[in-house]
Amino acid sequence: MNRVDKKFKKLKKEGKKAFIAYITAGDPALAMTERAVLALEGAGVDIIELGIPFSDPVADGPTIQAASQRALKKGASLKKIFAMVRALRRKTEMPLVFMTYFNPVFKFGLVKFFKTCREAGVDGVIIPDLSIEEAGETIALGRKNVVATIFLAAPTSPRKRIKEIAAKSRGFIYYVSLTGVTGARTKLPPEVAANVKAIKSITDKPVAVGFGISDAAQARTIAKCADGVIVGSAIVKMMGAGTKGALGKTVKLAESLARAIHGE
Amino acid sequence: MLPDKKGYFDGFGGRFMPETLMPVLYELSDEYKKAMSDNAFKKEYEYYLKEYAGRQTPLYFAKRLTEMMGGARIYLKREDLLHTGAHKINNTLGQVLLARRMGKKRVIAETGAGQHGVSTATIAALFGLECEIFMGEEDIRRQSVNVFKMKLLGAKVTSVSAGSKTLKDAMNETIRDWVANVRDTYYVIGTVAGPHPYPMIVRDFQSIIGKEARRQIIARENKLPDYLVACVGGGSNAMGLFYPFMNDKVKMVGVEAAGLGMNTDKHAATLCKGSVGVLHGSKSYLLQNEDGQIKIAHSISAGLDYPGVGPEHSYLKESGRAEYVAVTDKQALEGFRMLTEIEGIIPALESSHALYYATRLAKKLSKKKIIIVCLSGRGDKDIDIVRGAL
Repeated sequence: MNRVDKKFKKLKKEGKKAFIAYITAGDPALAMTERAVLALEGAGVDIIELGIPFSDPVADGPTIQAASQRALKKGASLKKIFAMVRALRRKTEMPLVFMTYFNPVFKFGLVKFFKTCREAGVDGVIIPDLSIEEAGETIALGRKNVVATIFLAAPTSPRKRIKEIAAKSRGFIYYVSLTGVTGARTKLPPEVAANVKAIKSITDKPVAVGFGISDAAQARTIAKCADGVIVGSAIVKMMGAGTKGALGKTVKLAESLARAIHGE
Repeated sequence: MLPDKKGYFDGFGGRFMPETLMPVLYELSDEYKKAMSDNAFKKEYEYYLKEYAGRQTPLYFAKRLTEMMGGARIYLKREDLLHTGAHKINNTLGQVLLARRMGKKRVIAETGAGQHGVSTATIAALFGLECEIFMGEEDIRRQSVNVFKMKLLGAKVTSVSAGSKTLKDAMNETIRDWVANVRDTYYVIGTVAGPHPYPMIVRDFQSIIGKEARRQIIARENKLPDYLVACVGGGSNAMGLFYPFMNDKVKMVGVEAAGLGMNTDKHAATLCKGSVGVLHGSKSYLLQNEDGQIKIAHSISAGLDYPGVGPEHSYLKESGRAEYVAVTDKQALEGFRMLTEIEGIIPALESSHALYYATRLAKKLSKKKIIIVCLSGRGDKDIDIVRGAL
């Protein structure tokens, strides 16, 4: 069983929801990302989403755009990020999933990408610009290499598409809370809970909610309806400040989010 | 008939978009199909093309230019004479009419040189729609007249300071706005790129260029041309000229921007020098590095300054149906001056690329041969750049 599935199974037994934290790999530097993953695990994060920086991140708001630019300037690449994951795997068994745009994967080579994921210890991939229509080969290679293909469902997705998305997803279904790009919002749409409920009536797979969630109060609300809560920009902002003590502050934020999500 | 149902031109194209936008792409495909079989829609489109945009445009025989080269006869398809000064309006008119059919109240668009932005803002003004144009900071600087025009037309112009601060980043930002406002907003893509069905829709609306040119050349010369030449950034004026000749024995040449030179990093010759990847919704040739990061393109003409290209052009290149070449900034300026001095027509810098190549080609061909060049736009917007460069 994949580490993501195991984690959700374990949390379910404990009656808990998953805290999924996103960080941009290589921002401000890859060595820092490695330390951050371990620190976040200690702070109560259940699953890490490692963002693969891309020059043209159309689904991301200003915070992650800036983080991607910084990481690219520092020379982050898939090859180096795989090396970092290998190093991490000597230290942790926590589930790691990639969040990447399609082109870096395509250029790396799909077959080689999935083989390397398996061998390095990457448990899943989220590709926001890869629609289910275009995902045939990706899904086949994901299955072959036991790498979860996590698809996104949106507030605009009709029921029929959500069914397909759920059927094609492994690990969990990523529900996008709002129509928009990533980034902290002061208010989330009131219909999130109802929409998550609708998805859960279609599938038994875990549903995690992301986009816009930035503080403990929001995380607590989302944790009531979803199986997982994804926080990205708020963490990236804290980390990417790059100032002394940034990691410490990030851990503090993660701890408060973990308490909210785990119902402590 | 291409594209196929999934939006592919034999391996190029597709719909690589965030899930939030996927349903609206289907909606657009359906609406477009309905519109195309609706005579009232087609009549309305034709009415505005004729009465408002100024079609049909002349196919002008460039007599002096032809004599100067001493070879093939050069004809110019005068898209520069259209309202707003370029071929862009063929597409914006069609798409904004579609947006109205779909009940959208707001239109958004990316722009490089500002031609597509001005054109979209113009049609939005005509139909009383809210309009926002996204434009790279660098392009705003070099195309200030067009920025002012868009504002006069009532559009909001949003400066994009991310990445290369040019067309590709403007397109990223427009997609982001679209994701956020998809329910009431229509995205008017300005070229034959983007996710399916856009490359097809834009090609179809632009194919009026080739349909007219084909009719006109037969009326004038009683035969088909030997060559079609058009500049290629995203590739909409080229697709528009090429498409109606697809099944004819006519050679097609797309002219890309070689910028400072093909052996430098400063060019926009995506088909000549790029490799296959996925950007802005479709699989096509791209300028990218070995990690799949998109490179920054360069051209003296903002309209060609794009590291991608429409998927159908990738298909035409791979299948060998069309040939793609590149012309440098300096050569384009030479083309610009030549047409201005010899024919009294000031061409856009984009079109100047095609013109320069066509003159070289004409020289090598016999006097019996015919070349049609798409003069996609006029050069008023480029006067400051040319003044700075000469």
